[in-house]
Parts: sequence; structure tokens; C-alpha cells
Amino acid sequence: MDTPAYLLAIGTKKGLWLAISHDRRTWELSEPHFLMQEIPAIGIDTRGGRNRLLVGVRSEHFGPTVMHSDDLGATWVEPDQAAIAFAEGDGAAVERIWQILPDVEGRPGVVWAGVQPISVWRSTDGGETFTLNRALWEHPDKDDWGAGFGGAAAHSIVPDPRDEQLVHVAMSTGGVYRTRDGGESWQRSSKGISAYFLPDPEPEVGQCVHKIAADSEGRLYAQNHRGVFRSDDQGERWVSISEGLPADFGFVMLTHPRRSGTAWVVPLVSDYERIAPQGHLAVHRTDDAGDTWHRFDDGLPARDYNVVLRDAACVDVGDPAGVYFGTRGGSVYASADEGESFVEVASRLPDVLCVRAAVLDGRAPEETAGS
Amino acid sequence: MAPTVTLVLPQILADVAGGRTEHSLAGVDSVRAALDSLAGPYPILARRIRDETGRLRRYVNVYVDGEDVRRRDGLETPVADGQEILVIQSVAGG
Repeated sequence: MDTPAYLLAIGTKKGLWLAISHDRRTWELSEPHFLMQEIPAIGIDTRGGRNRLLVGVRSEHFGPTVMHSDDLGATWVEPDQAAIAFAEGDGAAVERIWQILPDVEGRPGVVWAGVQPISVWRSTDGGETFTLNRALWEHPDKDDWGAGFGGAAAHSIVPDPRDEQLVHVAMSTGGVYRTRDGGESWQRSSKGISAYFLPDPEPEVGQCVHKIAADSEGRLYAQNHRGVFRSDDQGERWVSISEGLPADFGFVMLTHPRRSGTAWVVPLVSDYERIAPQGHLAVHRTDDAGDTWHRFDDGLPARDYNVVLRDAACVDVGDPAGVYFGTRGGSVYASADEGESFVEVASRLPDVLCVRAAVLDGRAPEETAGS
Repeated sequence: MAPTVTLVLPQILADVAGGRTEHSLAGVDSVRAALDSLAGPYPILARRIRDETGRLRRYVNVYVDGEDVRRRDGLETPVADGQEILVIQSVAGG
């Protein structure tokens, strides 16, 4: 049997890099794709025997678009009709694609996109055309949603793997919203998540949730502007799981692909001091749904004053799971042991905006390292 | 007789405009009409220059015989036979 290859796609402020490994310790880095264009979103769709890379591309001059490649970056396709575009009467224009998420194996062709301005889109053709979710776009809370520093976007989309009707989304700023009817209606789902920057510190809407993720049993985790939270009841109520962390600010929220209760964060000191505590990058992992946390920094630099952005971290589905993240300083790290130790995949790239990893069964790196 | 104008694109957009930077356009009387006439054959080019609301992208500038159309009538700026429409990206980014 061929050795699996691991693909790590690195989206930066000025291009996309692809890295290939057989052991997740030694990596071969491609030349840049889309040099001088921002890559804020990547999806790797390995369903149905195909490896499709989907990227949100944004030119400072010429705007955003979505492209895909079915040959691991050797060639890219941009459909004549924009994959994601508002209709004439919507009075809005896509500013940036923040999220591209292939759904689970049992929903072939379904791909989600989170977009700035705040909107959620769904494709049923593998990401070639997307449809706007109008119920969220026209939500009565819309006037209460705002822009964080990075822009007003739907940045997290969490479809439930068992119940196709259940989806959570998170936006900055706005909070978490949930649909239980496949997107026909959306309910506020942020109770318990704090918003210290508002007059009511625990409002129903307006939270600056930085990232949400679900574990294999459907428990939800949130890294908020301040605070790390968990919900055991599909977002009805959130409880703090910040205790045991050195700081409760950060952007990253990752969960294990198979093991319930395991999640990762990368804490930063505070919103006024957006660096790792003591400038020492470290990943923190819980294996008991946030009751306790363990700090890991093996292989990470003792001094690094660059933040890890919300989508600049990911896991793969390997066993043990791989953990990856990149910094705004252009360093990218990979862990083959669930975040306990890291190797440097790349350094001095442009600001890393997103990373996504996949296991490409039986493919040799020579076949995959297009540039 | 309908005017013929020349529309000049930056080299970076040639790939989505049939490999050419110069397009001779007949029968157009405004910047909008000129851009519309290219949108059919080159839909990707069209959205590089204007967003889906129809507005010129913020960092794309269009000149008619050297004058920025934003200082004239925007997309309604008239064009006459023999004039040149120049599309150029402005200074932006870091």
C-alpha cells in the first residue's frame, strides 16, 4: 500500500503555498501560487475520491473570487460566473471570502462559504456555484451586527455531521446563530458568552466570537474576544472553560476529528497585548472538554511576537491527529502528535491568514507538489 | 456613425481579456457602455473592474484621454470617436 501523503495548504497575505509530507515532520514547500494576492480561505475537499482545492482569492485592486484546482495546484479554474456574488437587488458586493468548508462525506457536493459582508453561502456542486442563505442575510438582528477590526464576516460554519438541518455559524461581531431547519430560520445562540465592550456584558447579540468548532459528539467550543466557552446543548447556553489557561484572549479554536472532549487554543495575553504570554508561542490542549488544559511548546520558538489568526490553524484527520498553525510573522508549524511537539514547515512567508490540511491516501509527493 | 474607442487594460488583466491589453470597441458612447461591451465575452474581466453592484472597484481607476472619470461623470462619462479609455490599478496595498 502506498504511503499516505499529507497536504498542508498555507494561505497568506501575498499568496498560497502548498506543502507535502509523508511523515508530517519533513515538508516540501511549493513555489507560491497567486503571488501578491491574498488567500483568506482554503477548503480541501477529499470526498468522492477527488482532491479538490478551493481557495478564496482577493486582490487589493481587483476584488475577491473563488478558484478551484482538481490537480493539487497544477492548474486553477475560475468559473465565468462568479462562484459567490450577490444579486443585483441585494445592494451588496462580496468583499472577502473568509471560510470555505466542504461538508461531511455523506453530503457530496455540499460546500459552505462564510463571507464579508456577513453572509453564509451553500454550494451543492462542489464549490463552483454558491447560493446565499437569505434567512440569515435578512435576519432582523442584522442592524446589530458590526465589524471587528478584520471586517464584518461570517467566519465559522459548523454543520452537524448527524443532523443536516442543524448548523451553527459565528460572526464578528454578532455572535453565534443556529438553524435547526436547514437554514430556513436562525436563532441567537450566544447566551453565556460575554461582551465586556458592550453596556450589557452578557447580551443576546453583539458578541465578538472569534471562532467556534464542534467536537465529535456535537459539543461546541468558542474562542471569544475574551473568554473560552463550551456549550453542551447546541448553543442554548455557554459556560466558561477559561480556567487553567494563561489568558482568555485569542483567535484559534480547534477540535479533534474523532475524540470528543479534545480541543486546542492558542492564547494571547489580551486584546491590548496581542502576543503569546511572555512572547512564547504555545498551544494549549484539553482532553476533558475544557476542565483542564495542558501547555505544549516543544519545537516552537521561545520568542515570537506574532499572533495566530482564527483560520491560521487547523487539524488533519490523521491518527494521531495533526495540528498546524501559522503566524502573522510567516512561520508555519506542524505537529504529528496532536499538538505536543512541532516542526517548522516554513518561515518568513507573508502573514499567514489560513491553513488547511488533508491526508491524501496513496499519493506520492512527486504527484502532488504542483507549484 | 457610432464612435470607435480604444480600451487599454493593464497587462495583469490580459489573461482574462483574451490575452490582449487593447480592445477596439465600436458603437459605445460612454465608459459604462464600453465596459458592458466587454462583459459578455470576458465576464471575469468585468468583475475585476466592477463589483456586482456595478460600481468601479475602489482601487481601479479609469481615464478617458487622461482624465479620471471619477472627476467627471463616472461611468456615464461620454466617449467620442477615437478616444482612449485607460483602465489602471491605483496605488494600494503593502
